Amino acid sequence: MTMLPPPSKKKLGLVIDLDTCVGCHACAVACKEWNAGGIAAPLTDENPYGADPHGVWFNRVHSYTIDALNEQPETTLHFPRSCLHCEQAPCVTVCPTGASYKRAEDGIVLVDEDKCIGCKLCSWACPYGAREYSQVEGVMKKCTLCVDRIYNEHIPEESRKPACVQACPTKARHFGDLGDEESDIFKLVKDRGGVELMPELGYQPVNRYLPQRERRTGQKQKDVKEEILEAEKLPPMLRWLDRVLSR
Amino acid sequence: MHPAFSVIFFTTLSGMGYGLWVLMGSQILLSDSANPQKNLSGLLLGFLLVAIGLSSSTLHLGKPLRAWRAFSQWRTSWLSREGVLAVICFIPALILITQNYLDHDYINKNILAVALSLLSIATVICTAMIYASLKPIPAWQHAYVVPIYLLFACLAGGALGISIICIPSGSLSEYPVFAILLLASLLGVLKKRYWKDIDTLSLPSRASALGLKPDQIANVFERPHTEANYLTTEMGFVLARKHSRKLRAVALLLFSWLPIVFCIAALIVPQAFRGYLMLLTALSAYAGSMVERWLFFAEAKHAVMQYY
Repeated sequence: MTMLPPPSKKKLGLVIDLDTCVGCHACAVACKEWNAGGIAAPLTDENPYGADPHGVWFNRVHSYTIDALNEQPETTLHFPRSCLHCEQAPCVTVCPTGASYKRAEDGIVLVDEDKCIGCKLCSWACPYGAREYSQVEGVMKKCTLCVDRIYNEHIPEESRKPACVQACPTKARHFGDLGDEESDIFKLVKDRGGVELMPELGYQPVNRYLPQRERRTGQKQKDVKEEILEAEKLPPMLRWLDRVLSR
Repeated sequence: MHPAFSVIFFTTLSGMGYGLWVLMGSQILLSDSANPQKNLSGLLLGFLLVAIGLSSSTLHLGKPLRAWRAFSQWRTSWLSREGVLAVICFIPALILITQNYLDHDYINKNILAVALSLLSIATVICTAMIYASLKPIPAWQHAYVVPIYLLFACLAGGALGISIICIPSGSLSEYPVFAILLLASLLGVLKKRYWKDIDTLSLPSRASALGLKPDQIANVFERPHTEANYLTTEMGFVLARKHSRKLRAVALLLFSWLPIVFCIAALIVPQAFRGYLMLLTALSAYAGSMVERWLFFAEAKHAVMQYY
């Protein structure tokens, strides 16, 4: 069913801290590793070890430089991009077959690959580039928010979170219920001023990005007075030393 | 956007077929007694064009055998609506064709003709809405996208229909030729305006795509992948913008200027040549619509490219 369900109370999603992300691609690799064998498997690569590798990933880490602005110095921005599990998901409503759907119980957007005809329209409808088509399987692929991990009672409780979140070495990725105002993740977004991406399109993404913190701009140089050494007033020994060292 | 030939073929060819059905429907309604054999030829040719067009649309699917599933989600999906209407549209066409071989009409011809014309128009509108409903592609959100799809269908299909009625012999008043002349002129004006507008359209900013403050400027320092991926090949097509000026001129010549010349000539020359000039109009308009449709896809920029 490609009709969107009524907004769920539970809105599972990710919060990504752009201040602490170091752009190591661990999340992207862990995602690829898990999902190559998970519910959305396989994530096929064409020519994976050749000169022109090409394949499906659910997570892509972009790196940018941000120009200096006002008091802020130039910074590097690492930006992991993946499905935002939008409230108003156009990738779901454009689907002609019902393969694309948003779960009523937790808001996760998924593809039923057995129904997908590979028309690619959903990927055109997504401004975030979250969906990638697999040439080999002939169906559309996307982030599952590791639905096969987060509810999996066969793995230890501390592992029941998306592979990208578990892999992140700087704890820049957070997973939780963004619909619950008491949750840690909701408070984190509130404290740090988490933002939506491209809000003007009205897709109401669930995932939030935490902006980089303001950088300390360093001590102001004008406070440091230049020292003046009056060499004539020094004793002869030091005066000689000053002359030698000044050469 | 990557211009897939199967989709260009689908939208232009089925469009021409539906335009032909619109004309045949009007012809049956307005002057049915004129020549039933010609009406039958028009309906059959329309059937052929629509059928080829629709089947070519399945060629770009990853799983064409599952295409039947696309009829299910008409409540939200324009692609699904297009599929459903395309099937419904075959019903009046097939009944009209069948009744030609029977001794009398079981269903009133006029009702079928009206249904055929209206359903054909509705199907073309759905085809256009598949594209016009996509927010990440501002060029397709333009208000002229739907009218232009309709005009192309009626221009190429209409001219083809008139030529069927007139060739090798047959009489038709000047009014349909005037109508084609008007369509070709209007299409030229609208399309030029559309091209001018999309040149100045802007995508959501990169700052908005990255969640930055509006005045922060981000420059690509390192891409996520060294080679192309699905997104860069599907959404990041740049060849068209390099050659757009020349291709736009070629398209405009074929779908507007030449048809205008042919229509004026058709109004001046003896009736016997009218049909052949309308055939030239149809062929020229169709060739123009192929170039135009290629540009429609290839020139459209997708918001995701702001990340690259």
